[in-house]
Amino acid sequence: MTLNRKSPRGNPLLFIQGNEACVYGAIHAGCNFFAGYPITPSTEITEGMSVNLPGIGGTFMQMEDEIASIAAIIGASAAGAVSMTATSGPGFSLMQENIGYAYMVQLPIVIINVQRGGPSTGLPTMLSQADTMQARWGTHGDYTAIVLTASSVQEAYNVTIRAFQIADRFSTPVIVLLDELIGHMREKVELTMINNKNPVRRKLPEVPPEWYFPYKNTLDMVSHPAPFGEGFRYNITGLIHDKAGFPSSVEHEVINRMEFLRNKIMQHCQEIWDYREFYTEDAKYLIIAYGSAARAARGAIETLRNMRIKGGLIELKTVWPFPYLPISKIAEKAKSKIIFVAENNMGQLVHPVNEIFSNSVKVFNINRFDGHAIDPYEIVDMVKENIYA
Amino acid sequence: MHELSDVYSYLRWKKRFPAVWCPGCGIGSIMGAIIRAIIDLEIPKDDIAFISGIGCTGRMPVYLDFNTMHTTHGRALPFATGIKMHRPEMKVIVVSGDGDSLAIGGNHFIHAARRNIDITMILVNNSIYGMTGGQVAPTTPIGKVTHTMPYGNYEPPFNPVELAVSAGGSFAARGTVFSILQTTGYIKKAIKHPGFALVEIISQCPVQYGRMNNLGSARDMLLMQKKNSVPIKKAKEMSEEDLDGKIITGIFKEEIKTEYSSAYRNFAKEIRDGTGREDSP
Repeated sequence: MTLNRKSPRGNPLLFIQGNEACVYGAIHAGCNFFAGYPITPSTEITEGMSVNLPGIGGTFMQMEDEIASIAAIIGASAAGAVSMTATSGPGFSLMQENIGYAYMVQLPIVIINVQRGGPSTGLPTMLSQADTMQARWGTHGDYTAIVLTASSVQEAYNVTIRAFQIADRFSTPVIVLLDELIGHMREKVELTMINNKNPVRRKLPEVPPEWYFPYKNTLDMVSHPAPFGEGFRYNITGLIHDKAGFPSSVEHEVINRMEFLRNKIMQHCQEIWDYREFYTEDAKYLIIAYGSAARAARGAIETLRNMRIKGGLIELKTVWPFPYLPISKIAEKAKSKIIFVAENNMGQLVHPVNEIFSNSVKVFNINRFDGHAIDPYEIVDMVKENIYA
Repeated sequence: MHELSDVYSYLRWKKRFPAVWCPGCGIGSIMGAIIRAIIDLEIPKDDIAFISGIGCTGRMPVYLDFNTMHTTHGRALPFATGIKMHRPEMKVIVVSGDGDSLAIGGNHFIHAARRNIDITMILVNNSIYGMTGGQVAPTTPIGKVTHTMPYGNYEPPFNPVELAVSAGGSFAARGTVFSILQTTGYIKKAIKHPGFALVEIISQCPVQYGRMNNLGSARDMLLMQKKNSVPIKKAKEMSEEDLDGKIITGIFKEEIKTEYSSAYRNFAKEIRDGTGREDSP
């Protein structure tokens, strides 16, 4: 594709796949290291990075497997790279142990998971949102994940850039959870950040090496381990560690570390939460969805409104940490009677929604798990069925 | 000879000691050998990335004053690959046990060797899983008893040096803890070597391996290393039967081949100089 069309703002306009949009997003965000392993339906991201990274002084590597891919990008991140990998279901499962390592050692990385049907090899070329919970709880142990998502090709571009910014801001892995439909769909994209003046670059500590502690609690609760080779010699370990990075199993150090890992994200939820509202002001019947399911829900809302049914939609762009506060506020304000959760799986996003509303509001789940996108009419039928019941 | 104070300056000895290793373990001697090799080569501490996986050997980075990283089980090499590719000017040293690098990390081991990436790999071979309490490793000789081979091991072991050479590694040597000065020389050569360099060091584990197989104290096991060592030159003249149970020591391969990280830089430069595709953003 050539960049021969421009938007009114002078940015290039392209007609590309969601996966290709992720490539542009990563490059424009400042990504300079990619290690990956081909897997349908995310292969186009790996291919796109292999085309683009060598020419801008970055590193592309196709590794021997997904475990090596995630290990290489964490290693590169320790050396100061702005790094990323992309994968899908089986590869995402293989990566889990090292994703946990990155949470523990607080190194920023971006992982794009273009979801396909599962379990196991499942439906490699078909759509699913069944990794919703895995993205939050995939690796062992207690931790807090940041998971972002997109429902269009333009958003795939935007969310990739945002993922790098958030990973750097909180020095933690960020997972971009797309689904096969978004990854393979072609739409118009405006490359708004092509002349990005502030690409993500790793910060150096402001103190001299002898005063430096990589995991010291700071005022804003975020620590940024210094890149290797810059004179700040310290230890990185996946064991619970003290502020200097040395292993420790002393009670207060353990509690301190665990709370730090949670609080650095949970105290900054407002910065991370992102969502979009459609007709929510008076939505008696509120739909919650993300990704391709949200596209169907948008169509369903239009139909419902034409039928004078007060439907509304909260489209999530941040899946985890789950935006429980905005959702409960919107539902309260609109005096919503029934909540519908539309998703391409057997019911995962419905659990945190149930948690919010417990018994106060009825929550229904609209599921589809045959590898096809949810049809807007399925949502319309489901809403009609339940409101007249 | 090295002054003890010089060696100490490479240790985080004020904070981290005593070490976790059992009395009689060979890993401490190997750590000393690595420090002495680095002192001789005069590499600044800031330029060294020292990476390990999990296990007894995996604990080594904590004690050393470099840029150290204690990673997940078996994955030290891909982590090191990421560091080397982003900062090719750094000296990347990986220390790994036999279970860590040949069992769970076997795939990464052959692929790092195949790429011939400039990483020095110190493989501490004590023939057993020490930290988990003495289970069979891919290097346990046939017939030896472990906690998961209570009736004697019947799986044939790996030969790490041959494996690295046949996978494409350009330097491979084997030493023992007994002849630690000679082994220090191999480590020095390996660190200087541009390419994937393996040094396998036969070490003693008196607490697990030695105890279960009645091999005596650490001293007895070290003397056994002395008795069984055969230099590679002499081994070439010996029959296979005579070599059974022997430790062949020496440099098996030393060859200058295309190194991965520099090859990638050259290739990327060509692309930047104008042969890249026109649709690069």
